[in-house]
Amino acid sequence: MNESVPVDPWWIDLIKAFLIVNLLLLAFAYATWLERKLIGRMQLRYGPNRAGPYGLLQPIADLVKLIRKEAFAPIAAIDALYIAAPALSAFTALTAFSVIPFGEGWHIWKWDVSGVVADLPISLILIFALGSVGIYGFIVGGWASESKYSLLGSMRTCAQMVSYEVSLALSVLGVVLMADSLSLVEIVERQIDSVWYAGPQVVGLATFFVAGVAEVNRPPFDLPEAETELVAGYHTEYSGMRFGLFSMAEYVNTITLSGLCVTLFFGGWEGPWAPLGPLWFALKVLILIGVFIWVRATLPRLRYDQLMRFGWKVLLPAATLNALVTALVVVAV
Amino acid sequence: MRRPVEPIRTFKGFAVTFRQIFRKPITQQYPEYKRPVYPRFRGRHRLHRHENGLEKCVGCSLCAAACPADCIRVVAAENTPDNRVSAGERYARIYEINMSRCIFCGYCELACPFDAITLGNEYEISEYSRDDLIYTKDILLAEPIKRVPVADRELYDTPEPYYKLRS
Repeated sequence: MNESVPVDPWWIDLIKAFLIVNLLLLAFAYATWLERKLIGRMQLRYGPNRAGPYGLLQPIADLVKLIRKEAFAPIAAIDALYIAAPALSAFTALTAFSVIPFGEGWHIWKWDVSGVVADLPISLILIFALGSVGIYGFIVGGWASESKYSLLGSMRTCAQMVSYEVSLALSVLGVVLMADSLSLVEIVERQIDSVWYAGPQVVGLATFFVAGVAEVNRPPFDLPEAETELVAGYHTEYSGMRFGLFSMAEYVNTITLSGLCVTLFFGGWEGPWAPLGPLWFALKVLILIGVFIWVRATLPRLRYDQLMRFGWKVLLPAATLNALVTALVVVAV
Repeated sequence: MRRPVEPIRTFKGFAVTFRQIFRKPITQQYPEYKRPVYPRFRGRHRLHRHENGLEKCVGCSLCAAACPADCIRVVAAENTPDNRVSAGERYARIYEINMSRCIFCGYCELACPFDAITLGNEYEISEYSRDDLIYTKDILLAEPIKRVPVADRELYDTPEPYYKLRS
């Protein structure tokens, strides 16, 4: 429990939130750049290298293109839901990052600034709750488009995300048992005191990572947005910045999930030599995003029934067993 | 009988993709490096002249008849003694090729009995409007600006065709 951690004044939290949201948006833009360059290199080609040196202005070019595009809507679409859906997904994706600790807390001028935007005793549950609400954005988006491909895509997306959410939540039970807390700040502090939980919780890490890849609809679990399968799944009928918002929701979910993985398994903001909390955190998140991209470049897409079978029959038992064994060990020791 | 899952091979696959990051990409960066075309590459058309300056094209429109895309327009006119344009009795007063319809098959080159039209090596023929893509006779007659590297004929075992050896 956070017994006597001083609560920041509200305006400091506001400034931190502003900073974090902007950094997240910047990270999203350059995560797309990193993805294209890295996948290009893995496929023996350069990524984009025309728009600015090393293609660094490519995300800006994409942004301008998306903004300038005609935002058409199908005439049968339900307008309010159609417009609200990407906003909902993007909102929950951004909000989920607010409870992830990125630093150890500093003393700036005359205020104590903590290293997290919102320090809650149940922050882990909040992230999963927000993830579940984010699924609504995808379902509603596909439904409100009033189109066959969108509907099928959103149904598949919803089923996939709900299934893998169960395994995701169960796979972190081991960490919660070892840290004896649901607060992410506490979990990081416990890891600093003892050992990073990636060591004792290898199975938990593996199931978390696989369930996480499925949860954010990244390849190899990206059937909902496979162009060859369903045109574009739930975002078929979206164009311009609305599509940009869906894309942003997906990438920010990836970044948040990487942040969560770092927090739960890799010690959060702890680093070996110098106490540069946020920099170590950013470095670890970057490496994890690189692993996501690496997985995308390597594995082929799973068919939908293979995906569902894997989620329920392989991943869920593995996560449950991990939680069980951890509980036994923690109680015995 | 379902095939067993092979996790070790999967991770070896990851190693393969990871190794590729450190290999040099095989992309050829286009405007800086233009791959040389073969000598018989079918690019933009050219109309030719004789040594003495008279055009070879006599306006017979065999090329227009041979064209599968029907993109050549030939209107012939009589050669008058004081206005002698070609080496025959008639000349092509209007000769237009619609580059947006041309399929660069080379049938016009094969059909021409006077070797007046050949397909050269130029392939950078983009324009900003469709009207600019209808090439008239003077464009076709003009020497192309040499921007495209051509591969060395000696490297390729293609003897010079006999009909190109005459005038």
